[in-house]
Amino acid sequence: MSMLKELRRHPSAVAGLVILVIFVGFSIYTVFAFPYSEAIKLWRAGPGVWDELPRRAAPVWYDYFTRKKLPRTIIVSLEDGGTMTAEPAGDGKNRVEIVFPFEYAYDGFPKEISLFVEANIAARGESYSVYMRKPNGETVTLTEDINFIQSQAYRISQEGGLRMKLGGLAPHVGLFVEDPHRKPDQPLKGRYELVMRGDLSEEAELSVAKLVVYGQVHGLAGTDHLRRDLTVALSWGAPIALMFGVLAAVGTQISTFILGGIGTWFGGRLDAIFQRVTEVFMILPLLAVLIMIGHFYSRSIWVMLGMVILLNVFSSPLKVYRAMFLQAKEAPYIEAARAYGAGNFRIIFRYLLPRLTPVLLPNMVIVIPTFVFLEASLAVLGLGDPVLPTWGKIIFDARTNDALYMGNYYWMIQPAVLLMVIGFSFALVGYTLDRILNPRLRKL
Amino acid sequence: MRDIVARLGKFTLLRLVSLVVTVVIAVYITVFIANWGGNLDEVRKFNIEHDISIEIYGNPAFQAMPTSELKALIDERVQLEYERQGLNQPFIVRSFKYLLDAITLNLGRSEHITSDSGSREVRWILLERLPPTLILLATSQLLVFILSIIIALYLSRHYGSILDRIIIALAPTSAAPGWLYGLFLITIFAAALRILPWGGMVDAPPPPTTWGYFVSLLKHMVLPVSAMLISGLFASIYSWRTFFLIYSSEDYIDLARAKGLSSRTIERRYILRPTLPPIITQFMISMIYVWLGAIILETVFGWPGIGRLFYQAVQLYDTPVIIGNVVILGYMLAITVFLLDFAYAALDPRVRLGLEGGGQ
Repeated sequence: MSMLKELRRHPSAVAGLVILVIFVGFSIYTVFAFPYSEAIKLWRAGPGVWDELPRRAAPVWYDYFTRKKLPRTIIVSLEDGGTMTAEPAGDGKNRVEIVFPFEYAYDGFPKEISLFVEANIAARGESYSVYMRKPNGETVTLTEDINFIQSQAYRISQEGGLRMKLGGLAPHVGLFVEDPHRKPDQPLKGRYELVMRGDLSEEAELSVAKLVVYGQVHGLAGTDHLRRDLTVALSWGAPIALMFGVLAAVGTQISTFILGGIGTWFGGRLDAIFQRVTEVFMILPLLAVLIMIGHFYSRSIWVMLGMVILLNVFSSPLKVYRAMFLQAKEAPYIEAARAYGAGNFRIIFRYLLPRLTPVLLPNMVIVIPTFVFLEASLAVLGLGDPVLPTWGKIIFDARTNDALYMGNYYWMIQPAVLLMVIGFSFALVGYTLDRILNPRLRKL
Repeated sequence: MRDIVARLGKFTLLRLVSLVVTVVIAVYITVFIANWGGNLDEVRKFNIEHDISIEIYGNPAFQAMPTSELKALIDERVQLEYERQGLNQPFIVRSFKYLLDAITLNLGRSEHITSDSGSREVRWILLERLPPTLILLATSQLLVFILSIIIALYLSRHYGSILDRIIIALAPTSAAPGWLYGLFLITIFAAALRILPWGGMVDAPPPPTTWGYFVSLLKHMVLPVSAMLISGLFASIYSWRTFFLIYSSEDYIDLARAKGLSSRTIERRYILRPTLPPIITQFMISMIYVWLGAIILETVFGWPGIGRLFYQAVQLYDTPVIIGNVVILGYMLAITVFLLDFAYAALDPRVRLGLEGGGQ
């Protein structure tokens, strides 16, 4: 408690602590809001999961920097906004017309347009045509007589013939301008209508008919090359980074601390063995070994965590702790404990180790970022956990998909900023703890 | 005096022996992991069998042979090839042969990677990749080291000033590694402003003149060096400043000041000299960590050094290159550690060699 009171006097530590509390709260929220299995399912991006999201869309807050209203995704479906009329056309068929109206008032062109249709078709040979009515009254024929298949995504943007008709402009641009042959840079604002018309047999039933006009921005974090909403990975990255960093730091520091105490107390051969083993591990290049393990054995985050702890148990802090324990070992109160007949382990755990916990605690906090970044480094090298969405994996995806070259800065920068913020806040708290708990440095 | 020399000799020898043993163990662990605990042999055997079968079945000269004879022929060739590559021995036996080769720097030939000049000798591949790493790391580490000492000395003189406080507040920036700053720098200067290259070491094709090559190299070095500078500088300044402050509050400094010595002389003679051992120690320790961090930094910046080579080798399962790389790294770390011990012992008379605990 007194430690917290003391912490309050250091504004930087308070800032760090506040950020950490926010991260922890956010992590808990994430774990409950999107449960683990659901997050993994979302991140695997199977068919149908992210169909309605644009690819490589920037976050919505890009608006503030461009002073424009960048296009959002517009979805018009039968249930929501679309109208369907059917009238008999003889031959046991109905003439079905579906109109998808939408208001377009953005300062940019959509990224794509697609029409999703699902129907249980009774007979073959049923087809439909698609038209677009523009705000200036013009009607453009997009396609005529495409056959119904049971489930279909009609990607209007990829229609080559339509592109020719629009003077070489991509359909999602050419359809949204006054005159495609004059190549203006602003879309025509107003009410558009996409019309789908076809003759369907009476038994046929349209279960899904949906128009998606993909926008340039989506959500708080944007999307990646597989249309995945980055908020999923950015929010799941927080608990994973915290978990990995904290467990690795606590695991390595406490075990190193205890081994340092035991080695120093018993001295002699045991101490010598510990020293030599530490030297082996100091020379073993940690990241290199982890890369090999990730490549040859397993990329599971738990395996990595275990290996990180195992490879760090005998690491350079053992030498630091040993030097301190050597001093503490000679203290009179230890002598007193020995005099009253305390056993070795009682002395180690009751007297020797507690004496140096003020050194252990800040160290534990200070090394957390090291492990957070270690996990991220592995992921950036493509050795992240195969199923979990993490910050490092977003950076890996962004790097391998040329995010920066294509101008998708948000993709790379958001996870990097989060990593940095979490690293800073642990460092701020750790350094302040060190100053409070080890007061010989306090005056400086 | 002779006593000290003898003790120093004994210390050096013991240290050297223990370091060699250390390197041997570390390399053996690497040999074991890099061969996938022996599993990679199965892959190699399969590849040999596959290649030989394809070759023989596809050879028109053998078309007329009955299948059983063909099979026997393949078997014979496969066995020969196993023997040639030593695959007929169990992995454990061979792992020690690999270890011996690696330790004696008999690095052999790579399986997939070639050097830019077309050689398959691991030695040449490594030697080709070593200078870029050295250029990058030496430049940035020296810059961090020199800048932080100069700034720390300045701050310790102006303790409590605004600049002092700003720099101290910036110390936690070192919690983030260089590659992370690298990502930001690439975003700003290469992607958004397009004034500096995205990565690599020189333009492609390399400029023909020496001067042009040098300028191009400098241009490519700006971002990686700055990334390491940002990540290393402020914590380094902070620790040196604290360190100098502790030393400058000693009584003998007050005495020197009272004698009327200039502050420059005091700094040189009474602050820098006694702090030299820890300064050098710190420098060497930072070198160790930099060696290890090279893999990811070089990958992010596409720098053709040994760190990136290692990553490429792991991706291609090119065991000889992996082992060669780790051996070189292990030797460098060992040499650094040795120099560290030695420098520490030689520079600081308070560290009584060999006396610090008789049991070791």
